[in-house]
Amino acid sequence: MSTTTPEKVRSVPKPVFTDAEAGAREFPSSTSRNYNYFVPAKRRATLYEDVTVDVQPDPERHLSQGWLYGFANGVGGYPHDWTRLKSSNWHEFLDPNEEWEQTIYRNNANVVRQVQQTIANAKAAGSFLTENQSWLSVLERHVSALAHAEHGIGMYVYTACQRDAPTNMINNAIAVAAAHKLRFAQDLILYNLEVSEQVPGFDGSAHKTVWQSDPAWQPTRENVEQLTGTRDWAEAFFATAIVFEPLVGELFRSHLLMQVAAVHGDYVTPTVIGVGEADVARDQAGARRLFSLLANDPVHGAANRAVMEGWLATWVPRSIAAGRGLQPIWSQLSEKVVTFDESATRAKTRFTELLTEFGLTYDKEL
Amino acid sequence: MSRASITKSHQKIQELAWEPTFVSPVEKFATDYTFEKAQKKDPLKQILRSYFPMEEEKDNRVFGAMDGAIRGNMFRQVQERWMEWQKLFLSIIPFPEISAARAMPLVINAVPNPEVHNGLAIQMIDEVRHSTIQMNLKRLYMNHYIDPAGFDNTLKAFQNNYAGTIGRQFGEGFITGDAVTAANVYLTIVAETAFTNVLFVAMPAEAAANGDYLLPTVFHSVQSDESRHISNGYSIILMALSDERNRQLLERDLRYAWWNNHAVVDAAIGTFIEYGTKDRRKDRESYAEMWRRWIYDDYYRSYLVPLEKYGLVIPHDLVEEAWNRIWNKGYVHEVAQFFATGWAANYWRIDGMDDTDFEWFEHKYPGWYDKYGKWWETYSALSKRNGHKPIMFEGDAANYEYPHRCWTCMVPCLIREDTVVDEVDGQVRTYCSETCHWTDAVAFRPEYEGRPTPAMGRLTGKREWESLYHGWDYADVIRDLGYLRDDGKTLTPQPHLNLDPKEMWTIDSVEGITMQSPNVLLNAMSPEEREAHIAKYKRGGPAGRPAPAEAVA
Repeated sequence: MSTTTPEKVRSVPKPVFTDAEAGAREFPSSTSRNYNYFVPAKRRATLYEDVTVDVQPDPERHLSQGWLYGFANGVGGYPHDWTRLKSSNWHEFLDPNEEWEQTIYRNNANVVRQVQQTIANAKAAGSFLTENQSWLSVLERHVSALAHAEHGIGMYVYTACQRDAPTNMINNAIAVAAAHKLRFAQDLILYNLEVSEQVPGFDGSAHKTVWQSDPAWQPTRENVEQLTGTRDWAEAFFATAIVFEPLVGELFRSHLLMQVAAVHGDYVTPTVIGVGEADVARDQAGARRLFSLLANDPVHGAANRAVMEGWLATWVPRSIAAGRGLQPIWSQLSEKVVTFDESATRAKTRFTELLTEFGLTYDKEL
Repeated sequence: MSRASITKSHQKIQELAWEPTFVSPVEKFATDYTFEKAQKKDPLKQILRSYFPMEEEKDNRVFGAMDGAIRGNMFRQVQERWMEWQKLFLSIIPFPEISAARAMPLVINAVPNPEVHNGLAIQMIDEVRHSTIQMNLKRLYMNHYIDPAGFDNTLKAFQNNYAGTIGRQFGEGFITGDAVTAANVYLTIVAETAFTNVLFVAMPAEAAANGDYLLPTVFHSVQSDESRHISNGYSIILMALSDERNRQLLERDLRYAWWNNHAVVDAAIGTFIEYGTKDRRKDRESYAEMWRRWIYDDYYRSYLVPLEKYGLVIPHDLVEEAWNRIWNKGYVHEVAQFFATGWAANYWRIDGMDDTDFEWFEHKYPGWYDKYGKWWETYSALSKRNGHKPIMFEGDAANYEYPHRCWTCMVPCLIREDTVVDEVDGQVRTYCSETCHWTDAVAFRPEYEGRPTPAMGRLTGKREWESLYHGWDYADVIRDLGYLRDDGKTLTPQPHLNLDPKEMWTIDSVEGITMQSPNVLLNAMSPEEREAHIAKYKRGGPAGRPAPAEAVA
């Protein structure tokens, strides 16, 4: 006798031919295939504009019912008075880097690969062991101490600021800058970990004491902490990207480390620092675009420039002091390929060029 | 990277934080919660050098699928009924996503734990990812789906629409008010941990059943980031629980956040899944069944209830009442009917329900036809453009009383008998439920149960959409909203899926109808008139039926 078990019929949705693809019929709006609620900067909207513009609503544009939640004082959303700067059109700013999710991950993943491959190569070649001893001390103490500054800016300046600006374009650009800083800080500290595992006697934790109490770094730490203590998002962004970066960050990264590492037998540090420097340049392009627009605003330009000059009066002395504080590090190198004065002059030149872009002047001696 | 290496690296990056001695980070966002420094760990050990390549790989898979969908002519198989609801859903969701990114500094500011800060900062980047990847998905739909109208005006429509506003308050709830209420309890503990399950898992499954495999591709990729976010939120709530002073606030916020999420998310996602699908297999899960699995079992019983061991009072009553609303009070069906009633003010088309749908609904929700079947038959009959008005304005034929709007959750008061009316802040307001009334009148106030809560947020804005247009000609409302197609006269919304231009409704069919705001009218009534009106309103329903004449006092 044979028995048959009825075949179990699987329950699955059935494909149906619907012919619901573009062009299958003609009817009103059948070819309306562009986001039509904003005016693109050029003839056609870029992908960046399409995925960014108006995601953050604005009662001055399409948000007809206003903000639906307020803070305790009843103010909600993205108040314009969270900065002293004013704009006749905040939406004019578009990130020159056109950052959106694909660029964020492609660029940062490439950086991660570049840094990790370089470090892996150096480990395999044993090159850390052959580096100049005085340089290893700089690496242990000062290159690693820089990680704290980068982390502080990423976590407590840029991450905080990306909540505040009136448009999605500004906030996303600052959020990407935060991601860069946070990754760069981790690049530096994990680089420290790699070297400490390779080089006997390399104190992987020395950077903490240096950052917290070495006199060379205290003005920089003070400057960074002051940046984290600033409520006005545009002031914090300006004082970081336009003032701190050229006068402190680039001074140390570009005008010292990038110049001297190789002659001390270190080819890894320029790679690690170089990608961080590229990030800064990228983020600074956004800051330059934003502050140029605000400085040249047809209605508020003059007032904005006055505010920015006030910020310069506050922040430039702080960053000059921070840069000067770092001067002893130049003396700790055995191969003196660049003097502090030369580095500082380059930094100040860069900074002055930046100010010229905005039509700003800083009349005190740098 | 090996696990040992990840552990070591993660330990190392903790060295980056320091104790400021010159200036502390500015306290931008107030909270009434108090946190002592506590050694809370990030169990997922998030490190950017593994994070970025991982996300890049996830992206590559998403974009590969997008290419494949276009090359494989996916849109020849997508159900228009389904895709039309995506015009609403995808207009809403990028804003809550980007709001979640903006919310991260609120909790970073409030919670003194650098290890948790690290996880939160990575979440910020995730949320930028989610927002832009979803905008890009919608762009693809606009470019390749048969009817781009409603995708083409997506964010303007989202920001001026009566339904968009319900979703918008969801995102705004993450970024405004008490920092911990908003960015931890509302966003992470409830929205992300509970409701992303139905948003990003259950709904994409339904998309796939309707021929759209891009929504699952994108949203499952999004959902794979959520476990890290859930972990961030859990660390913070445990820290909050370690301070007795926070308990009262946590219990308040769990009640608000749970109920508001239920009211908003179940309204929207329930409608999309139940009324947007063509998949009427009897053994496919209904939204109620999905809710029972994803929200009740996976979230409530497995996540929320265990928090009781820390002495926290869980809002069991509200969980049960949410279920009661879904299962016994027809919450999702009432909402779907409301969206269809107001079809002319939408920016998507709504397909009517047919006999196959009726059979499925009756099977899944016994008694459904008696409540809703007749109305949907009327909807289909009145969907034809033949000289009558949209169903909302067809009075007796529609047998539907336009509802009052809930001041808090902004979904209308559709379960009529639960409606609460109160004068709050000098205005007579309607609420869909006791809990929504409590949220406005009690919770979002500078004092709670005798305790000062100076950081608590406020409900603001023009919360009843209809009041913006009270007294307007309905055609002018549509023009003002911009819901017209490129011929300047055909409506973007339609009460059917027929794209034959002769069958499509035009602006002239809504000329001469005066728009009225229920809230304006309610406030204009004398107290006696108002009492009688509300008594009758509460006797109405289900399915929006006005109370029978003989029941009127």
